Amino acid sequence: MVEVRLRVNGAIESLDVEPRVSLLDALREHLGLTGTKKGCDQGACGACTVLADGERINSCLALAVQYADREITTVEGIATGGRPHPLQTAFIANDGFQCGYCTSGQLCSAIGMLAEHGAGAPSAVTEHLSTTGIELTDAEIRERMSGNLCRCGAYNGIVGAIRDVADTEPVRSEPVRSEPVRSEPVR
Amino acid sequence: MRSFSYVSAPDVAAAVRAIGSEPGAKFIGGGTNLVDLMREGIERPETVVDITALPLAEIEEAAGGGVRIGALVRNSGLAAHPLIRTRYPMLSQAVLTGASAQLRNMATVGGNLLQRTRCVYFYDGAAACNKREPGSGCDAIGGFTRNHGILGVSDDCVATHPSDMCVALAALDATVEVQSVRGVRRVPLADLHLLPGRTPHIETTLAADELITAVELPASAVAATSRYRKVRDRASYAFALVSVAAALNVRDGVVTEVRLALGGVAAKPWRAHEAERILVGAPATEDSFRRAAAAELAAATALPHNAFKIELAQRTIVSTLRQLLAEGGAA
Repeated sequence: MVEVRLRVNGAIESLDVEPRVSLLDALREHLGLTGTKKGCDQGACGACTVLADGERINSCLALAVQYADREITTVEGIATGGRPHPLQTAFIANDGFQCGYCTSGQLCSAIGMLAEHGAGAPSAVTEHLSTTGIELTDAEIRERMSGNLCRCGAYNGIVGAIRDVADTEPVRSEPVRSEPVRSEPVR
Repeated sequence: MRSFSYVSAPDVAAAVRAIGSEPGAKFIGGGTNLVDLMREGIERPETVVDITALPLAEIEEAAGGGVRIGALVRNSGLAAHPLIRTRYPMLSQAVLTGASAQLRNMATVGGNLLQRTRCVYFYDGAAACNKREPGSGCDAIGGFTRNHGILGVSDDCVATHPSDMCVALAALDATVEVQSVRGVRRVPLADLHLLPGRTPHIETTLAADELITAVELPASAVAATSRYRKVRDRASYAFALVSVAAALNVRDGVVTEVRLALGGVAAKPWRAHEAERILVGAPATEDSFRRAAAAELAAATALPHNAFKIELAQRTIVSTLRQLLAEGGAA
């Protein structure tokens, strides 16, 4: 066992886990944060997407021990002051889900994606790599979100929700800062 | 996943010492391939040596106009870097067509180089696989082979190297810097990966205790006019059926310099030397492009489901060169 101090949604959580425990299992089984979903457990579906220092990753392929000093944000941490994140509101307004199993991954992925786009990162469908200020077309949204599968096929609603948020307001990419609110081991 | 012990190395010297002193140890970077293979029981390290704290995450301009890429630069950081986007656009494009955004945020450049050459039979523990268990046979041969290789394959293995990044690096004459307790050495990318032959379980020329520390790209004027085109069964987030990394320079209607490499066709990124040889000095016409592509694929061999790749590779070479010509490969 190794002691791992995880920073999750602004709280510091200390866990005793084996090195083989994934970040996904640490969140779900050790911290009770079951909003992050286990779909394929092999990096193919995106249901487990969380943000590490504001960057989206597949938590199923991440060893928890490797993320000890990173700021992890899960779907439980994206609302502020009891108000849903704008993307959550937009997913509801656009019917961006049906069964909901992929939704927390879609939300975290979309937050990371909008931050990447805002920072000028290109995608595989970006025609001119040398230019900054890439227009976030629907084709760009679809390509940039291709790591998140939705077996209900709610893609049109998902693209619509992201489109609404991208068009109306800048999305903050800074991670939530940690405050040491709890430090006793959690098992 | 089997249990293992975990060591985090603070610097390169400690990392290469740790890998040598722990039997059955493996380096771990982003973990996107290794953790998956460990969960499947295919990789079974006793110890993993975490290298993500090493100071190898910079992209720097090198003397002579080249670029030095630290082994721990993330795939996403490589693709988005201004030096790569402007001087080696095929490399940005190649990386961006690989995996998903989440995986590119995790995966490192060094790990991309060393991801396992693999196929579905390699992943299926119930199937025979010479790569997974040397001498056990190959269930891919006689199985479903749409995604398998057509160049440099053997009777023992027909899997393809999955990397897009490596195809561009092959075309760009990249060099890989490697460190161990014995010192530093440089390996041309072309010499890093091996064809399967009778030993498909041996995929690279690196020793088990060697750590990739950087990738070096030489200065290349032709690389500024370059493209990566990937053909696959779905529009995004799929391995290549065939891919082409190409750079082209044309003067007075004649090809003066060309780079061509293929992905999805072999157990290593396939530099198309024969096609390049035919093209240099030839008129920059579709006919030349076709002749060069046909010559490169002349040695290709097909399995029951992948014969289409021989034609597809030629068409993709021709269309990519035609696009580069139209876009300004003519000086």
